[in-house]
Amino acid sequence: MKSKDTQQLVLFSGDEALAQGAFEAGLEFAAGYPGTPSTEIIEYLAQLPEVDVQWSVNEKVAFEVALAAAIGGKRSMYVSKHVGLNVAMDPLMTSAYVGVNAGFVVVVCDDPGMHSSQNEQDTRLFARAANVPLLEPSSPAEAKEFVKEAFDISERFDIPVIVRLTTRICHSKENVVKDERQPRATKPFEINMAKHVMVPRNALIQHEDLLRRIGALKAFSEKTKMNAIEKGEKIAFITSGVSYLYVKEIYPKAAILKLGMPYPFPEKKVKDFCKKNKNVYIVEELEPYLEEQARMLGVKFKAKHASFAIGEFRPEYIPFIVAGRSKPERKVPARPPMLCLGCPHRLVFGILKDLNVVVAGDIGCYTLGSLPPFSSLHTCLCMGAGVTFFEGLGRTIKDKKVIGIIGDSTFVHSGITGLINAAYNKAKGVIIILDNAITAMTGGQPNPAVGMTIRNEPTKKLVLEDLCRVAGADNVDVVDPTNVKDLEQLLRQRIGEEALSVVIVRKPCILLVQKMKKG
Amino acid sequence: MAAGNQKITNIVFYGIGGQGIVTMAEVCGWAAMLAGFHVKKTEVHGMAQRGGSVESYIRFGKKVFSPLPQTGTADYLICLHPEEHDRLKGELKKGGIDLFLYLQAAQQAVGEKKVFVNTFLLGVLSSYLSLDEKYWIQAMEKIFKRNLEENKTFFQQGRQAGGSL
Repeated sequence: MKSKDTQQLVLFSGDEALAQGAFEAGLEFAAGYPGTPSTEIIEYLAQLPEVDVQWSVNEKVAFEVALAAAIGGKRSMYVSKHVGLNVAMDPLMTSAYVGVNAGFVVVVCDDPGMHSSQNEQDTRLFARAANVPLLEPSSPAEAKEFVKEAFDISERFDIPVIVRLTTRICHSKENVVKDERQPRATKPFEINMAKHVMVPRNALIQHEDLLRRIGALKAFSEKTKMNAIEKGEKIAFITSGVSYLYVKEIYPKAAILKLGMPYPFPEKKVKDFCKKNKNVYIVEELEPYLEEQARMLGVKFKAKHASFAIGEFRPEYIPFIVAGRSKPERKVPARPPMLCLGCPHRLVFGILKDLNVVVAGDIGCYTLGSLPPFSSLHTCLCMGAGVTFFEGLGRTIKDKKVIGIIGDSTFVHSGITGLINAAYNKAKGVIIILDNAITAMTGGQPNPAVGMTIRNEPTKKLVLEDLCRVAGADNVDVVDPTNVKDLEQLLRQRIGEEALSVVIVRKPCILLVQKMKKG
Repeated sequence: MAAGNQKITNIVFYGIGGQGIVTMAEVCGWAAMLAGFHVKKTEVHGMAQRGGSVESYIRFGKKVFSPLPQTGTADYLICLHPEEHDRLKGELKKGGIDLFLYLQAAQQAVGEKKVFVNTFLLGVLSSYLSLDEKYWIQAMEKIFKRNLEENKTFFQQGRQAGGSL
């Protein structure tokens, strides 16, 4: 029995609530890479000494380390934003084959409306692709409960479980009650090569076993309270995630089938619901995932106009969906963000503007160099592409010089492989590493080049100039951008040379400096 | 207003990054939660901390569903930046109260200590809401890690100014 006074009422975001729920469920290891809107989950866990937490070099590394910790016998968790999961797709796709031992939860935060992302991909489709069950809470309080369920399901069915949040849940807050942690004994690890060595002969057997487990999970999905029916009248909805709350806001008396576990899809429950109710509407943000699953059942329902596959929902959109109308235009021009006054990156973009070059950019604060007054960052695809686009564009564009630009954390995340590739394949030109000694875009997290762990303990420091040299750069210069003239002169010189050059522009993030002054 | 009331109170705080918009909403949310209400708080902003527009929404009542209120249902608007004010005027419901007219009073009251404009305006807001004062004090103690006493002073000044304009 838990006593009431051990419980504590707090106003928690979805990220904090999920992290607290995982902690209460006996989480012992967590790994992730910063990315809006998921960053605060790992940051919350870093405050709890019972949990071994890390910022990993990238999402693939985080996923593998965390999965292995679960196979080793400790409840563990991977955390990233939606596009981060792409980087971890390789281990994800085989993880369901090998299973977990202790519970392994994969937390993925989607960003409908792209508050701070390069695309709007929908993680529910990845769950289907990887044959991994997916839970989808609607609110912070539910995120705390669902992550506990996720650990239980993971252990019961020996499979990773994805918990999908969206920005509106990650970053909105509500009343949450903190409970005590339930510590769990480490599960013994046994050598079992048939299960853990994925060569074709073993993987075939594990694939068969996975389909058996997914079959059992389908039966579970039909029964679980997370797939809940609320009785109502006149109008009925099948919905999930934050869309459920918008439906409740506008149609509080409607019948609702709320799918907290949308994969595996509870086919019987959906069939019954559509049979028992008239005027059924499927309401979901982004991809028509529920809609397509329901279509295959041949049941009768109506779904959103295709225009609603883009962007985030708002409560007032629900009547438009019911009416079969397209998405209304929303004319609220927001002030765009910009590089902070005093940001060292500004000095670099000021020079690039004058150099008349094509700049292959990357993901971070410095992507804002594409906006006026600089307008001097010309491509941005994904993490690491500042280096690879530099190479690819450089191989084709002959009337202008191409420069690559990438931040310190992004370079360590996935720029380094591009640099090795460029050197190996004899590319020439200039790559600028903007080293502000922090992962700034997401609020200031340390990375290997900073030499501090997530808990601000000193650790081995990755020396970027050494790394670039061993990767094969012909020239590596380290400069302070405050000396604008020197930097411009150096860039002009390096651009003119037939060599592969890395220019590390080093000056700490202004926000980091201010933070340190405040103590 | 009793906790049993079905009414939901919707408040919009807005301005630009760095003005303390999110902190204001946080204090208000805690005060409402401590007073026994179900609270939802949500933000709309682009890339945080980079001088972009920031909007923060507080909704409280017996049971709140959507974190975002429907457009045009705000009971109170609190704007901290003159250039932003027009942008969200449409969020205010008919008969709702726009506290923008207190911005000048707040700026005058705090003088050089600009970081307290938001606290003064919170005090103004508090005079319109029937949440007991002790919950506001508890909420400030929870949220303001620095300058707690000064925050309390400017909050009280705002609370007294509330209703005067």
